[in-house]
Amino acid sequence: MAQAFFGGVHPHDMKAATNEKAIEQLPAPAQVVIPMSQHFGAPCTPLVKAGDHVKVGQKIGEFRGLGAPIHASVSGTVKAVEPRPYSMGGNILSVVIDNDMQDEVSEEVQAPANPDALSVDEMVEIVKNAGIVGMGGATFPTHVKISGGIGKVDTVIINGAECEPYITGDHRAMLERPEEIIGGATYLAKMFGVEKVVIGVEVNKQNGIDKMNEVIAAKHAPVVVEGLRCRYPQGGEKQLCQAITGKQVPPGGLPSNIGCAVFNVNTTCAIYRAITTGMPVVKKVVTVSGSGVVEPKNVECPIGTPVSLLFDFCGGLKDGTYKLIAGGPMMGMAQYTADIPVAKGTGCMLAFCEKEEQTVANPQCIRCGKCIAACPMHLEPLFLYQYASKGLVDELNEAHIMDCMECGACAYTCPARLHLTHMFKTGKQLVKDAAAKAKAAAEAKKAAEDAKAEKKEVVNK
Amino acid sequence: MTDYKNLKLIATSSPHIRGSERTQTIMLDVIIAMLPALIFACFNFGLRALCLTAVSVAGCMFFEWLYQKAMKKPSSVMDLSSVVTGMLLSFVCPVQMPYWMILIGDAFAIIIVKQLFGGIGKNFVNPALAGRAVLLASYAGTMTSWVDPAVNKAAAFGSNVDIVTAATPLAYMKGPDAASIAASFDQLKGTYSVSNMFLGQIGGSMGEVSALLLIVGGVYLIWRKVINWQTPVAYIGTVAVLTFLFPRAGTGVEWMLYSLFGGGLMLGAFFMATDYATSPVTKKGQLVFGIGCGVFTVLIRYFGSYNEGVCYSIMVMNLFVALIDKYTKPVRFGTVKSDKKEASGK
Repeated sequence: MAQAFFGGVHPHDMKAATNEKAIEQLPAPAQVVIPMSQHFGAPCTPLVKAGDHVKVGQKIGEFRGLGAPIHASVSGTVKAVEPRPYSMGGNILSVVIDNDMQDEVSEEVQAPANPDALSVDEMVEIVKNAGIVGMGGATFPTHVKISGGIGKVDTVIINGAECEPYITGDHRAMLERPEEIIGGATYLAKMFGVEKVVIGVEVNKQNGIDKMNEVIAAKHAPVVVEGLRCRYPQGGEKQLCQAITGKQVPPGGLPSNIGCAVFNVNTTCAIYRAITTGMPVVKKVVTVSGSGVVEPKNVECPIGTPVSLLFDFCGGLKDGTYKLIAGGPMMGMAQYTADIPVAKGTGCMLAFCEKEEQTVANPQCIRCGKCIAACPMHLEPLFLYQYASKGLVDELNEAHIMDCMECGACAYTCPARLHLTHMFKTGKQLVKDAAAKAKAAAEAKKAAEDAKAEKKEVVNK
Repeated sequence: MTDYKNLKLIATSSPHIRGSERTQTIMLDVIIAMLPALIFACFNFGLRALCLTAVSVAGCMFFEWLYQKAMKKPSSVMDLSSVVTGMLLSFVCPVQMPYWMILIGDAFAIIIVKQLFGGIGKNFVNPALAGRAVLLASYAGTMTSWVDPAVNKAAAFGSNVDIVTAATPLAYMKGPDAASIAASFDQLKGTYSVSNMFLGQIGGSMGEVSALLLIVGGVYLIWRKVINWQTPVAYIGTVAVLTFLFPRAGTGVEWMLYSLFGGGLMLGAFFMATDYATSPVTKKGQLVFGIGCGVFTVLIRYFGSYNEGVCYSIMVMNLFVALIDKYTKPVRFGTVKSDKKEASGK
């Protein structure tokens, strides 16, 4: 085993609740709500309207600029195209489809005649049309990552760290779908023209590592599995690159700056499925867990399934459930309503009813420095907290607040229970607002000067 | 099934789980780490050691409560930091001092040094050491006479005026010229063996005498990850190196051992210099801080008018903390091209 990055924390992984439970298929939902924003970038434009008939895999949302298309996950009739709540907070234009339970597959879904004979461009095109995004939760469009990285990337990394507590979807995929992962990794090797793809897995998933090694040996795949130390946030893109290559992504940069490209295990599965069957992303494996869930499970469901159906499938919620989280407990978003659908980035739905977190009234920093020791980005959270709470934008910039990736390691470790991550989100917004204001002011000044110069010219004439 | 429309949900920022450690548990660990030395103090100086500590702790908690009550601030007595201050202050005082006197030190430490600067984590010098400094300046006689544990114990109640006192080992290690230091150092070696010194069967402030038990407490704190090893190791190491290289009498090793175990070095290095609020936040900074404390301690012991330099050296270094923090920031992530060191674990 190798590999470390500086800092991090080691929370109780809580994975025992679901890591031995096979992925179950959710009974077809009667209705799905498909948000038009499931990726990093501008929302999609809906291609359907109320009353239209759609089939599984049919494109219903087209992207502009940075993004990925969105497809119908069930067949049926579009009931409405309207704003609905979604997991990132607030409402977003969504396509509501009444399921006709026919599971008709769209004609758009065409399996390539010979997947192994495809050219690189063809494969990237397939990935793009399949609407694949980073399934780990960041939802960066995968085709952009691939086409932008070809030529620059010499190390392709598959992220199987799954360092967030509770989540076991990647682990189950390693056990149940190793062929898809290794197959997808092989296609990635081909696309990037690299000899080896590295799969990084935390060593608490030894059986997953063994299973993938079996498949690699059987297929002579150009893939190696590398065990990683159990340490949150080992699965953070920058930390994973650092652990595997020893190189650090420069500030504000991307893994491609140091010749790396990172893909989640489930993203790799999606790539394999798209290239071999032509099926776009219409399903998602979700770990449903937490103290508020009666019977935690790993569930595969169509994109757009209301999360209440997931909880019902897992025996419902216990009384006193006070928190629903889309994502893991360290970085997931707490929801104000259960009326949200599963999206491409939803790998986990947690419900808490016990005291998983203990807040204190009037938290006071004691300067213990444990947050500095925990920060994988080498920041000094205690000072950032001071600056952010006082709104000191210049100090925030000097202390590199924009390097913060909001992993929550500092807040997790803080004995005084300061709301560090919360304050950094606020602080980053302050910095962004100040930058936007400065830019607008500069533009206004320039415009005014231009206008003045023009006027002078007119007068001179 | 579950009524999803009527869930009472809380939406807060991530992370949604927290570690088990809290300010209170940290302070409790520090208290636990000081208990062996406290028990030894009772054994060495009599039960008055326990009474003095109890009075000091009660005083600190009371003054903290009083200030916050008067200022209409939320009470922080339950975070136990005032208990630690109370214990530490009693540890650096002579056991026979009157109870009212330590209460003055408590009041100064808690109200002036800690609360007026904003409470826990915001004071810039160590409250217990500042309390001691004030007492030393105000009651120099009482604060510099030490019960001789070999002859008698201090009475828990009543006057200790006629108690037999003895000089601390450090007093023997000081003199106007080399010859007098050599003579008194020989006398010291005759009075206390190195093992007496290490175990703490010597005169001195009640909590500082047993180097052994303070090291036990310090190791417990390092094991519990309450403190980092950087500060105490740098501090003690610096004093060891300097006294070994520049002995004023006897051999280097002898002089070094008597310097390490006499006086408040162990208490200072493990419990005072590691105070979160008044020491640097990075490990790099803590190394610098520890070395600085060591240098000042030896300078004061060698060239100052006091026999002991631990208290003032730590207080002086407290004033450098902001500066040290500024120059020992972590290297920004991604500005190192290839960190071979971190990857060498492969």
